[in-house]
Amino acid sequence: MLPIVLLSVFGIVNLFLGFLRSNRVLLPFALVVLALVFGLNLLDWNHAGSLPGLFDSPYVAQMLTVNNYSVAFSGIVLLTALVLLPFSRSYVAAGEPNLAEYYSLLLFSLVGAIMMVSYNHLIMLFVGIEILSISMYCLAGSDKRNVRSNEAALKYFLQGAFATGILLFGIALVYGATGSFQLDGLAAGIANPANASLQPMLYVGVLMMVIGIGFKVSAAPFHFWTPDVYEGTPTFFTAFMSTVVKTAGFAAFLKLLVVALPGTSAVWLPTIIAMCVLTLLLGNVGAAVQTSAKRMLAYSSVSHAGYLLLGLVAGRGQLSGPAAQGIFFYSLAYSIATVAAFGVLKLVSAQRQREDYAGLAGLARTNPLLAFVMTVAMLSLGGIPLTGGFFGKFFIFTAVAGQGYIWLVVFAVLMSMVGIYYYLRPVIAMYLRPAEPGNDAPIVVDGFQSATLVLLAVLTLVLGILPGFLSGLL
Amino acid sequence: MLTAFLVFFPLAAALLLHFAKGAAARALALGASFLELAVAVFAAIAYARNGPSGFDLNLSWIPSAGINFHLGIDGLSLCLVLLTATLVPIILATAFRHEEYENPGAFYALVLFMQTGLLGVFTSLDAFVFYFFWEVALIPIYFLAGAWSRSERRIPITFKFFLYTIIGSLFMLAGFVYLYLQTGPGAGSLAAHSSDIQAFYAAGKQLGASEQSWVFWLIFAAFAVKMPIFPFHTWQPDTYTESPAPATMLLSGIMLKMGIYGCLRWLLPVVPLGVSQWQQLVMVLAIIGIIYGAIIAIRQRDMKRLIAYSSLSHVGLMIAGVFSLKAIGLQGAVVQMLAHGVNVVGMFLVADAIERRTGTRDLADLGGLTRRTPLLSVCFLVMLLSTVALPLTGGFVGEFLLLAGVYEFNMWAGAVAGLTIIFSAVYLLRMYQRAMLGPDSAYSDTITDLNGKELFMFVPLIALVFWLGLFPGTFLHLSEPAISQILTLVGR
Repeated sequence: MLPIVLLSVFGIVNLFLGFLRSNRVLLPFALVVLALVFGLNLLDWNHAGSLPGLFDSPYVAQMLTVNNYSVAFSGIVLLTALVLLPFSRSYVAAGEPNLAEYYSLLLFSLVGAIMMVSYNHLIMLFVGIEILSISMYCLAGSDKRNVRSNEAALKYFLQGAFATGILLFGIALVYGATGSFQLDGLAAGIANPANASLQPMLYVGVLMMVIGIGFKVSAAPFHFWTPDVYEGTPTFFTAFMSTVVKTAGFAAFLKLLVVALPGTSAVWLPTIIAMCVLTLLLGNVGAAVQTSAKRMLAYSSVSHAGYLLLGLVAGRGQLSGPAAQGIFFYSLAYSIATVAAFGVLKLVSAQRQREDYAGLAGLARTNPLLAFVMTVAMLSLGGIPLTGGFFGKFFIFTAVAGQGYIWLVVFAVLMSMVGIYYYLRPVIAMYLRPAEPGNDAPIVVDGFQSATLVLLAVLTLVLGILPGFLSGLL
Repeated sequence: MLTAFLVFFPLAAALLLHFAKGAAARALALGASFLELAVAVFAAIAYARNGPSGFDLNLSWIPSAGINFHLGIDGLSLCLVLLTATLVPIILATAFRHEEYENPGAFYALVLFMQTGLLGVFTSLDAFVFYFFWEVALIPIYFLAGAWSRSERRIPITFKFFLYTIIGSLFMLAGFVYLYLQTGPGAGSLAAHSSDIQAFYAAGKQLGASEQSWVFWLIFAAFAVKMPIFPFHTWQPDTYTESPAPATMLLSGIMLKMGIYGCLRWLLPVVPLGVSQWQQLVMVLAIIGIIYGAIIAIRQRDMKRLIAYSSLSHVGLMIAGVFSLKAIGLQGAVVQMLAHGVNVVGMFLVADAIERRTGTRDLADLGGLTRRTPLLSVCFLVMLLSTVALPLTGGFVGEFLLLAGVYEFNMWAGAVAGLTIIFSAVYLLRMYQRAMLGPDSAYSDTITDLNGKELFMFVPLIALVFWLGLFPGTFLHLSEPAISQILTLVGR
């Protein structure tokens, strides 16, 4: 609970720091806040609800629950934000006038993300999603003079608002059918035979909720906004969007389906399976035909939503089990690799002014470190051993195969073969192609960003070599 | 402990290489590979004295999924560990000859990294550890083959190689996951399952014939691409031809053996019923590969390409020997894995020596080289005759045992497979004649003979050719218990 309070308070404090003439203090401040909150969040591990006082009162406890599940996913979200922040240095250097607002919005959006992973009440889910989404709408349009960025913000906002309406409608219908907003109350209401006559309403409501959240995590067929929005949004915020929003969205999704709606799995399970197949297909095939690295990463983030949906298929019973473990590990590995990939892409595209594969050409010669980190990230996203992404896929695939969906796993394996095709293309560009003449100066990277990139590569490799540390947490 | 050192020492050396430059990097890389060889020989002596008991390494790796980091060395593994440890210094020395490589330290580091992957494959006793190392070995070779190649077609060729092998491996992973879910009690938690090799043998045995039949193809897909067996071979000639010489040696000398080793350790004993269902088909494919590779080799002008197709042909015979499921055929496969590793590295070394001197590998441009290169000619001839399987050489022992195995399986199969010896004599002697003898070419008067360092690289290869040819018992004796254990599990 403390993380939410602190993030909100410091978010506001950060806004006031914007009055300072120099914006040099902003980045260190945000980093310190995030590190502090990350540490405090970990203190709650195995101490569910042990902080005395206000936060244990039933009013709060019925709305949000802090348990290992929420701590684990909050941890991913906070860690992602922490390792992403160093890449905002170019804004500091460029004297971006609205920097304090960006950082505040980031901190606020993390509040929303943490609410999404620890909600116990559908209103909290809704509020969390909205806090996160509205911050993201603003940040998508933060490059105000760029038409693409404006387009991205508008597109994201219009479609997002529409999806929110559907989600809210679904919540209302489900409430009408069960008489509860609480997750356990919902499960009891669904199981109650007295509500059997309301089943059509319940089922429609469940489907609408699935669609609403499916939009937020960019699951097909509700993914059409993703490539355009990701491409138009400034790269720094695209990275944030494709990691934090996805992680929090899937944590919320799994919790909803497993805790509140197990009684309606006859409705959502086929839906999720269909969405999963479609997402994997469209995401991977879409990514394979791109020539822009940024757009490829956008489609690849759709495909990763597909693998995470696969994890939902295995989610039966409880929040601690192969499915939760798989989604946790996958989200962590995916977030770290994605931050690394976008981080490198941001540094390269800022200097070379291009975001396609040709912009990455010859990077191995000019910046071996950037090329190495990008390669590790690509291998991890592609699910090749030695990297965390392999074990993410491995845990999800075994969990799903363990539930008997062999054909689904075979399909996912086939799709990850397509994935290897397009993840290898940046690697080929960096190592096997010479840089464009005239555009081949070494990329300028400061020590702090280099250190962050090294940390990200090391984390990915550690997850891939010693997964035992984190695989059994949930 | 010794096993862990053997597997991870090259990796540690590769990491250290990052801090070394120029001559220091060479000294470090070569020193590390010699130390590795010394430890491997020490391990072989320890094995001969005390048996396999001391080599077992079993650590908890992913407890929540019941996966242990299980390595071990038996006679079969030991043969391949020795082969790898022997060939890597020679491959590194070949790389030293190429002054034109950019960033050579990274090249040596990747070779050593590759060695860790290979040794991991040859020693792992847990299915997922095996898969892990199997893929780990692919990453360095991709960069070795691609980033240092000067061919214009390097990008599509290495891309095809990478995709082919990784797609094959993913099928194997799917098969392993399926088998893994059959182990243990199977309820809820993954921790109750196990991916240990013994658990896999037991799980495979429980499956019915129809399940084993498709699990066979899932696992075999990875091995079939890696070896490669006809018709999964299309990546191989291009990759061998266009890669830098050391990478080609790694691919053909050692990596190819991963596939055959995989069949012996992870296919035959795991799905014996599947194997017996598809035995005939694989046999036919292997024999097609033998003839096909040989016929194409006869028509090649590029030396490296010729050797690549000859390797395809010889691998076909090894596969046929393995799938004969006869003790003599499997033993032959072990000896031939070693002999072929030595031979093919020797042949590529010759091709590289000629190419570095003349700048060409095209047989049409070469000729009459032998006059000024007596040492090179002798080395060439020894390697060639061993590849042709002349008695007294390692190639003879291997191919003889393999053919005996295939013959026991089916007389006609043996007869057709036997053509490999005649064919290889045709295309290899033709290569020798075109390059070394024949009318003088532009290089006949200017070419220089092997220098001391190069000769020193050939000496161990030649020694091994004769050792394998004269005393194959050393290795047959090592692998015999492992082979008979595998055949017991297969039920033959």
